[in-house]
Amino acid sequence: MPDDDTTDAAREEDHEVPVDDEVGAALVERFDGAVFVSSHGQPVVYVPRDAWHDVAAWLQGEQQFTQCLDVTAVDHLVDEARIVPAGVEAERYEVVANFLSHPRNRRIRVITEVPTDDPAVASLTDLSPGASFAEREVYDLFGITFAGHPDLTRILMPDDWVGFPLRKDDAPARVPVTFKGDPSPR
Amino acid sequence: MSDPEGRRLEAQTDEGAQQLRPLSAEGVHRELVMTGGEWPEPDLDDTMIINMGPQHPSTHGVLRIMMELDSEMVVRAKPVIGYLHTGMEKTGEELTYVQGATNVTRMDYASPLSNELVFSMAVERLLDIDVPRRATWIRMLLVELNRISSHLLFQATNGMDLGAVSMMIYGWRERELTLRLLESITGLRMNHNFIRPGGVAADLPDGWQRDTLDLCDAVERGVGEYDTLLTQNPIWRERTVGVGVITTDEALALGATGPILRSTGFAWDLRRAQPYLAYDDVEFDVIYTANGDVFDRYQIRLYEILESVRIVRQCVDRMPAGDYRTQDRKVTPPPRARIDESMEALIHHFKLFTEGFRVPPGETYVAVESPRGEIGCYLVSDGTAKPVRLHIRGPSFYNLQSMDAMVPGGMFADAVAIVSSIDPIMGEVDR
Amino acid sequence: MGLDQVSHNFLTGKVEDLVNWARKSSVWPATFGLACCAIEMMGAGAAHYDLSRWGMEIFRASPRQADLMIVAGRVSQKMAPVLRQVYDQMVEPKWVISMGVCASTGGMFNNYAIVQGVDQIVPVDVYVPGCPPGPETLMHGILTLHEQIQSGEILRRRADSPRGGAGLLVDQRDGARA
Repeated sequence: MPDDDTTDAAREEDHEVPVDDEVGAALVERFDGAVFVSSHGQPVVYVPRDAWHDVAAWLQGEQQFTQCLDVTAVDHLVDEARIVPAGVEAERYEVVANFLSHPRNRRIRVITEVPTDDPAVASLTDLSPGASFAEREVYDLFGITFAGHPDLTRILMPDDWVGFPLRKDDAPARVPVTFKGDPSPR
Repeated sequence: MSDPEGRRLEAQTDEGAQQLRPLSAEGVHRELVMTGGEWPEPDLDDTMIINMGPQHPSTHGVLRIMMELDSEMVVRAKPVIGYLHTGMEKTGEELTYVQGATNVTRMDYASPLSNELVFSMAVERLLDIDVPRRATWIRMLLVELNRISSHLLFQATNGMDLGAVSMMIYGWRERELTLRLLESITGLRMNHNFIRPGGVAADLPDGWQRDTLDLCDAVERGVGEYDTLLTQNPIWRERTVGVGVITTDEALALGATGPILRSTGFAWDLRRAQPYLAYDDVEFDVIYTANGDVFDRYQIRLYEILESVRIVRQCVDRMPAGDYRTQDRKVTPPPRARIDESMEALIHHFKLFTEGFRVPPGETYVAVESPRGEIGCYLVSDGTAKPVRLHIRGPSFYNLQSMDAMVPGGMFADAVAIVSSIDPIMGEVDR
Repeated sequence: MGLDQVSHNFLTGKVEDLVNWARKSSVWPATFGLACCAIEMMGAGAAHYDLSRWGMEIFRASPRQADLMIVAGRVSQKMAPVLRQVYDQMVEPKWVISMGVCASTGGMFNNYAIVQGVDQIVPVDVYVPGCPPGPETLMHGILTLHEQIQSGEILRRRADSPRGGAGLLVDQRDGARA
C-alpha cells in the first residue's frame, strides 16, 4: 500500500487510535473485523463486507441511528496515495454509508471494501427505503450490485447504456477541444 | 475538412437522435421510451398508465413521473430521473480543487452558494485549515441571501403550478432584487463560484449594508403580500391543506430532510442541531409545522424567508472586519496587484491556477442545511490536486423518494401540488 | 406603379413582409427549460425583463402550439431523444434558440453524459452564450432571431439548402443523403 505521499496528519489515522467515540467503540466490540478510525474528527468504521447489513440493522435498531443519509461508492483504482487503516484489506471499491442519529445528534460513517471480481454488497433498502435511489445510482455508475434491492436498474444513464461511467477505467468521453489545458489526447 | 470537423458533421443529422448512438447488433432502432426499470403488472383491471414529463409545464425541470391511475386517483407513481445527468461527479475528478466550486455550483442551481459552501468546507476540512471570521460571516450572509432567493423561487413556481399564476410575477419581483444584490457582491446572478476553499473570492463592495437592508425591507414587504394573497385564500387552502400528507417515520425512512421533514413536526435543522459557520452566534428560529401536508411546506418556506432576513440583518450589524480569505498562499491566490510586485506572488498565482493545490490523502463528509434539506459533500483525496471522488449528497435526490408516501391515494391534480411542494431541483437529483 | 398618384391613401408593401412581421411579433416559446438557464429564462419572462413586450410571455406547454424552442440548459444523453421528439412535434415555421453554453457546445461539461451542442440534434438558428446568459443576453438573442425572421433570412436559408437547417449536407449511416 503506497504510503510515501502521506503527510504526518494522515499517518496518524492509521495508528491504533483510542476509540473515543462510544458508538464506534461499541461497534468494534460487537462486530468482528470492524476497525474504527477518526477521520478529521469524524467517526468512521470499516466493516467487513458480509457484516454490512448487520451493522446497519444494529445501528438503526439499537443505536438509534434514525436516518441513513447516503450510500455511495469510491473507485480507488488509480489513487496516488491511499489511507487504509491497519486491519483493513484494501480493495478497489469502497461502499460508504452515512448514518445520522437525531435523538443522539451524532453521525457515523461505515465503509466496506468491495473487490473488483465480486462487486456485490447487501442492500439496505429493507432497513431504510430511502437508500433505494442511492443504491441504484451506485449500481448505475459503478456496477456494484446490491443483493435484495427491489429494483436494481439504471437510474441516471439510459437503460441501454453500456459501461459504468464513474469507474476509473471508463473513459470520460471528452470531445477534443483546442485548449492547452485539455486533458484529453489530441 | 479536418477529422474532428468531419466527425462532428457526421454525427449531425436531421433524422433524430436514434442515430447518434450506434445501432444495436440487429440493426434495429431502439425504443425511444425508456421505462427506467421494471414496471410491474397493474393491480386493477381498469387502470391507465400515463406519463408526466420529462417536458412539462410544471417548471421543476426534467422530471418524469409514470403514474398508474384509477380514474382520477393515483394508484402508483414512479419518478424516472436521469434526464439531466451531467456527469458532474466525473467532471469533478478532472477539475482541480480550485476549479471544483465552478462544477458543484451548478448542481443545485437554485441555491448555488450552498453547494459551493459544502464543497469548500469539505476541502478545508481535508486541508485542516481555518477561514478567517470575516470570511465565515460573509459566507453566512451569502448563503442566507441564497436561501431567500431559493424560497422566493419556490413561492413563485409553487404558486404557478397550483394556478396562482400572478405569484410567479410577484415572487420573481423580489427574487430579481435579491439576484441584483448577489450580482453586486459576487459578480454573477447565478452559479456564482464565489465561496471557494480558503474563504470567498472577493470582499464585499462598498455600500453593501445599505443595499442589503433595502433588500430586507423589500423582501419583508413582498412576503407580507404573498401571505395576504395565498394563506387565507380558500382556493389555495382547498388545494393544499390535507394534500400529500407524510409522517415523520415515513420521511425519516425515505431519507427526506429539510422542509419536508420539518413539516411533519420534527424540528431538525442543521443550522441549529449541528451548527456550522457562525449559526450558533446568531438568533433565528427553526420553523416547523405539524401536519405534513403541502400547505405546511408552503408556510415553512414562507416563514423561513423571514428568518433568513433576520439572519441577514444580524450579519449586516455584526460583520467583523478582517480578511475575506485565508492568508495561506498555498491555497488562495495572492491579490492581483501583488502579482506585479512580487515574484513569489506570481509563482503562487501561476501554480494555483495551473496545477492547483494538493490536498493530503483522506476522506470526509460535510453537511449543511440548504433550502432543500441536508446537502452533503463526501470528498476523497489522494494527495494530488484533483479529488479521487467528489460526491454530493443532494437533498432533492432523496426528497423525491418521499413521493412514494405522498402521491399514491391522492388525485392526479394533487400530484402536481405534491411534486411542487417537494421543491426538487433536478440538477442536484441527477448531477 | 399606378398607385403613385394615390400614395397618400394607400400603403403598399409585400405580403411577405406582413407575414414576417406577424410571425416575429408573436413567437410563442415552448417550455423547454432544462437546467440553470431555465431559471434565467423564467426571469426573462417575469416582470422586470418582460418578454411580453414582444408577445412572448406565454410559454406554451404543448409543442403543437409553440413556434420557438429555447433549449435552455444542458442536454443529457437520456434527454436527447425527448428533445428531438418535441422538436418534431412543433409545427412549421419553427425556430430554435440554443440558450447557454451547455446547449450550444456542451459548455463546461465535456464528458460522456452531455450532448456536445444541441445542434447535433436539432437545427439551431441563434446561439446565446453565457453560463447562464442573463435575461438581457437572452433578449438580445431573441431580438436577433426576430430580425432574421423579419428579413426572411431564415426561411430563405432553409429554402436554399437541400435540406433545411443550417445548410448542412449530411451523409447518413443508412446511405441516405440529407
